[in-house]
Amino acid sequence: MTRFKYTIATFLVASLFFVRCGEGGQGSNGALTSNAAERVYVAPGEHDEFYAFISGGFSGQLSVYGLPSGRLFKVIPVFSQDAEKAYGYNEETRPMLNTSHGFIPWDDSHHPDISQTAGELDGRWVFINGNNTPRIAKVDLSLFETTEIIEVPNSAGNHSSAFVTENTEYVVAGTRFSVPIPQRDMPISEYKGNFKGALTFISVDPEDGGMDIKFQLIMPGFDYDLSHPGRGKSHGWFFFTTYNTEEANSLLEVNASQNDKDFIAAVNWKKIEEYVNNGGGTLMPANYAHNVYDESTQMATSTMKKEVRVVNPADVPGAVFLLPTPKSPHGCDVDPSGEYIVGNGKLSADLTVHSFTRMLEAIENEKYDGDAYGIPILSFEDVLAGTVSQPGLGPLHTEFDGEGNAYTTFFISSEVVKWKLGTWEVVDRQPCFYSVGHLMIPGGNSRKPFGKYVVAMNKITKDRYLPTGPEVTQSAQLYDISGDKMELLLDFPTVGEPHYAAGIAADIVKARSKKIFELKDNKHPYGVSTDADVRVERDGKDVHIYMTTIRSHFNPDNIEGVKVGDKVYFHVTNMEQDYDVPHGISMIGANTSELLIMPGQTETFVWEPKQPGVWPFYCTDFCSALHQEMQGYVRVSPANSNTELTWSLGE
Amino acid sequence: MMFAAALLPLLLFVFPLWKITLEAPQYPTPLGMYIHINDFTDANPHDIKNINLMNHYVGMKYIPDAIPEFKIFPIGIILTSLIGLLIAWKGTYKWYLYWFLMMLLVSSAGLVDFYLWEHDYGHDLDPRAIMKFTNPDGSVMGFQPPFFGTKHILNFTAHSYPQAGAYFLAAGILLGFVAYRMGRRSKHKITA
Repeated sequence: MTRFKYTIATFLVASLFFVRCGEGGQGSNGALTSNAAERVYVAPGEHDEFYAFISGGFSGQLSVYGLPSGRLFKVIPVFSQDAEKAYGYNEETRPMLNTSHGFIPWDDSHHPDISQTAGELDGRWVFINGNNTPRIAKVDLSLFETTEIIEVPNSAGNHSSAFVTENTEYVVAGTRFSVPIPQRDMPISEYKGNFKGALTFISVDPEDGGMDIKFQLIMPGFDYDLSHPGRGKSHGWFFFTTYNTEEANSLLEVNASQNDKDFIAAVNWKKIEEYVNNGGGTLMPANYAHNVYDESTQMATSTMKKEVRVVNPADVPGAVFLLPTPKSPHGCDVDPSGEYIVGNGKLSADLTVHSFTRMLEAIENEKYDGDAYGIPILSFEDVLAGTVSQPGLGPLHTEFDGEGNAYTTFFISSEVVKWKLGTWEVVDRQPCFYSVGHLMIPGGNSRKPFGKYVVAMNKITKDRYLPTGPEVTQSAQLYDISGDKMELLLDFPTVGEPHYAAGIAADIVKARSKKIFELKDNKHPYGVSTDADVRVERDGKDVHIYMTTIRSHFNPDNIEGVKVGDKVYFHVTNMEQDYDVPHGISMIGANTSELLIMPGQTETFVWEPKQPGVWPFYCTDFCSALHQEMQGYVRVSPANSNTELTWSLGE
Repeated sequence: MMFAAALLPLLLFVFPLWKITLEAPQYPTPLGMYIHINDFTDANPHDIKNINLMNHYVGMKYIPDAIPEFKIFPIGIILTSLIGLLIAWKGTYKWYLYWFLMMLLVSSAGLVDFYLWEHDYGHDLDPRAIMKFTNPDGSVMGFQPPFFGTKHILNFTAHSYPQAGAYFLAAGILLGFVAYRMGRRSKHKITA
């Protein structure tokens, strides 16, 4: 017993010693805590606690990381062609990148947001905006693939997007650049009063996620920067930050920075929805692409839509209000309760927080401070909840931990600042390396954030990693926010330039992740379900090869009778039904990418042989021990030859 | 009791008889196959297809969709159960012993058949097999799964164990014997 007491005493002394050491360590080690490595270490074979979907910015894609490890799992191609996965190259997915301007191989992907049910993340889809040629994409989280892209007409610089309402009723896409609506040839100098900004509400089918533009709100010619939905008490509203309320059309860095206050536009979308459901608004001619990938046929189709419903805010009194907000605000963030609307005035010394309750009161009392093009402006003092005084320089974006704390990035002072909702006091700050843009708390755009980590996404890294010539990586930084003080745990490089991210507890998503495509459900028009159906068919100059792959051969693997000038379609079905056994195929001289075909899937590439000869193709994915043997030949004869069309395997 | 003994083997139509499981590092979820009285089924979707794919490398035949046994065994079980029921209804305890012995014989025949099939499956290899392995003594390596128990075969660990159906069959057979013993005891008691 005595000995036991001694042991306890020794243990306590030791603990105290370690605690003191820990504190000392923190002090001398700057931001980095002593056991950071342990806290981000996910042992081999173990899974991360969170998925992080981090936008690729100018890469046009969406990367999937694990948190807390910062390990990269996949880059989901969304708006840019991806030769690795044949996305935008194969016949099945090329229509995904169709637009009213034709096929576009790239975009600038910005703000992912995860679908919600009752204000909580449901993990079914990620929506993300294409900024340059305005589009909204939907990534299906059972496949981790892009399954729908809708172009947004009347928009330009689709930036205040793609945020979802709390039951995913809508995914919202606001224009950054105002433009003539409809587009027309006119002097740029006549911008003011003539250019308009479209805020687009895209309905989402609750069953299959199908997107459709419900209406476009045609707003004054400001720049609409970012947006967020109301939630809880403010569900039914949507909030957009604006800048360039000066309506300048040149040298915006000066001319759009003159007003002390710009606006947060508050849109009562439920009211407009009701108006539209009762026949309100005008159908105007338009031309925009709607591209849908069908999982059963495994093919995308692109449909051009020819009209869109537009709504003039002046026609729906009480639906749109302007909240004065200093100064050129960037992020527009709503806290988990739905009460506070944070305007991150990037040129302001203070951070402005509006009160939803006070906004409703001011509207009720019709206390307006003028109007802009007929839209009532509320008085700043009437809607203000509070101000975080001098928290840093260049606030961009705020997220919430669900415990009454907010975390704001400051681009210029390069830090994340933690402050308290309600008291507006700053409680902690941590440096970012360097020039942080956005930040993400998993579930941060919902009623129920998972307030354990914050990921800061930095625009500049300079010396933080091994140099790689003039172009160096962008970076994400992971902070533990479970304690009173934020603790920097990890730096990790990102793909492209992340502008935003969305995170979710892995358990919500991973059980739904598909392992294979069932062959029996494969309805691809050129797919085959048994080896008895493999064949080669000629239709004029088109040659269709119905091919299968299974470890470790192509069927057929010898084809003769193809001629110079033919257009040869390789329709390749992967007959495997085992998890993680893709096959690839590539053809010498084909002016396209490889195919990478998942089990049960059919994909198609086109080869136009230019010279007679015998040309090999092979499997590009190391599929099995006999992968190197997985190869075949196509005999190409001169255009005028009479070589019979034959195909075989193992003869 | 004899009724129960005669009926228990019929549960073979509900529960599998045997299961063969193949473990390997790249199969975190092992491949598995249930052997029923009238069918082979996947433990997890597509397992048999994937077992066939693995086995073709060493020249093993595909596991057939159907084998003659799938017709013979069900008839055998139904017949023996019917006989058992008839005995339970009309027969004396001595007949219970005959039924028990018959069932032992029939089951042993089934097991021998299973062993022979396994042996053939593991040894009748395609001479053009992609990979050929030899034993240390130079003979051609066989890939017969274990008849009962666990065995290492190249990169796989194979397990072969009876399943619920087999236990019900065994229980039925044993119960037949118990019925005989009890019948004999009560008979002796009466005569004593």
